[in-house]
Amino acid sequence: MTTSATRTAAPVVEVTDLHKSFGANHVLRGLDATIHQGEVVCVIGPSGSGKSTFLRCINLLEEPTSGSIKVGGDEVTDPDCDIDAIRRNMGMVFQQFNLFPHLSVLSNCTVAQTTVLKRSKEEAEAKARENLEKVGLSDKADAYPAQLSGGQQQRVAIARALSMDPKLMLFDEPTSALDPELVGDVLSVMRRLATEGMTMFVVTHEMAFAREVADRVIFMDGGNIVEEGAPSQVIGEPKEERTRVFLQRVLDPTHVDPGAEDTAYAKRHEAESTADNFVKPMDTHGHYGGGAGLG
Amino acid sequence: MSTTTEAPPKKKLSPRRRAQRIRWAQYALLAVVVLVIALVADWGQIQRTFFRTDLIKNTLTEGVGTALKNTVVYTAGAFVIGLVLGTVLALMRLSSVAPYRWIATVWIEFFRGLPAIIVFIAFGLLPLAFEGLVIPYDPYGTVWIALGLVASAYMAETIRAGIQAVPPGQVEAARSLGMPSGTATRKIVLPQAFRVITPPLTNELILLVKDSSLVYVLGLSATGYELTKYGRQLSSDNVNLTPLVVAGFCYLIITLPLSIIVRRMEARQKKER
Repeated sequence: MTTSATRTAAPVVEVTDLHKSFGANHVLRGLDATIHQGEVVCVIGPSGSGKSTFLRCINLLEEPTSGSIKVGGDEVTDPDCDIDAIRRNMGMVFQQFNLFPHLSVLSNCTVAQTTVLKRSKEEAEAKARENLEKVGLSDKADAYPAQLSGGQQQRVAIARALSMDPKLMLFDEPTSALDPELVGDVLSVMRRLATEGMTMFVVTHEMAFAREVADRVIFMDGGNIVEEGAPSQVIGEPKEERTRVFLQRVLDPTHVDPGAEDTAYAKRHEAESTADNFVKPMDTHGHYGGGAGLG
Repeated sequence: MSTTTEAPPKKKLSPRRRAQRIRWAQYALLAVVVLVIALVADWGQIQRTFFRTDLIKNTLTEGVGTALKNTVVYTAGAFVIGLVLGTVLALMRLSSVAPYRWIATVWIEFFRGLPAIIVFIAFGLLPLAFEGLVIPYDPYGTVWIALGLVASAYMAETIRAGIQAVPPGQVEAARSLGMPSGTATRKIVLPQAFRVITPPLTNELILLVKDSSLVYVLGLSATGYELTKYGRQLSSDNVNLTPLVVAGFCYLIITLPLSIIVRRMEARQKKER
């Protein structure tokens, strides 16, 4: 979508040798990646491959075990780094929307503007309405999240993130929790965002979207980046066997691969996804204490 | 198959018929009990003991207003202290600083495990034990603190449960918008937590209304009497239970509306879900 000229633009995110373990479960095994200004990078891969964890490390929702993540030149893993300041410049859209149910749509988009950016109420509301307009929901400003469909909630979540004027948007499987007929609205908002030049890092299962919108596609499996390149290459003509197997399963789910269940790929995939599930409650608990404690 | 058509066995009641008969039996039993009580009870005696009209009038005119007001003031003050202290304790229990968790846990278990009356007796004795100790707003200050301490332990557990009922994704969303931890707690977590726990907190309030009757152990002067003490005093003066019955009804005036509110809120929450 964007020209190769953007490749020479300044890197917004630089990840070097990123490792992440949940207990004994080694989820990320040394990732290197760079996201340039104005670039749309899509991460694809089987569930349990670590792609969501990768994304969550970038704004430090997960603390990396080792490695370096530089955002705009600042090392986020450095204890002296002001992570709140970095997160202000980085919008995040979650799989489960995570709108604030006790606030109206408008307040969802203004609460961080007024408390964090210290914008005036009028300024914040003007910005919020502008972004609600952009996602096509200006008429829902006074509604509450529970009154909206999943697709509408996700678009509000995008407007909420955009209202902070981020330099980079992170999307963590933004359409995976949606009914199929609602996916299109969210993707078209994201597509528009991409054409406007927003830097985007998208974990997704939407191959058609990745192929059409991404400047670069990263295929992950087993905590490693297996293959990386232009969408036409990674999705169109994958070099690696693992990428081919994955794409075949995703693009042609009815295809029966004889003996597929016995392949090493399937076994490891299964082991990882169960280990992932096992770790999750501990992880959220730990997060919780940090988030709501007195400190 | 053929045997059943030839010689039909004794007809068994269908389940529905049986249920109907059991229901009739229950109505009949109730009618009999009511009838027996109505015939056996000495209604005149009951009226003279519990509902003497002149004493009802006396109780209502002599100072039930002050007593009712005192009950409300004791409860309200204790509720506010309990709520503030309970919120702090709940946050301490969830703190990432281990000693805060320990302190909060010990506090909560201590005051939950203790009979409230022991706390009251202790507070009554404090000024004797520490000479010169003056608790401000006597007697209200003493009652508020004693009842508030007990309430804080119960409320802390309720509030903690409410905070933990807020999905972790809410904190993540707030933090990823750049909110510091404290702002996320105040703006996002606590408002949602308190919405969930308003019904159980109102139940705590009802319990507090009743527990405020324990202040009698503090040895209050007549102006500090709340409903129970007031009713009891008049009852023993007149050797009749009527004033106590009146005081009891006064409690219901406070607690019944609260119960109704709780039920409404719970019904609404169920609908919202």
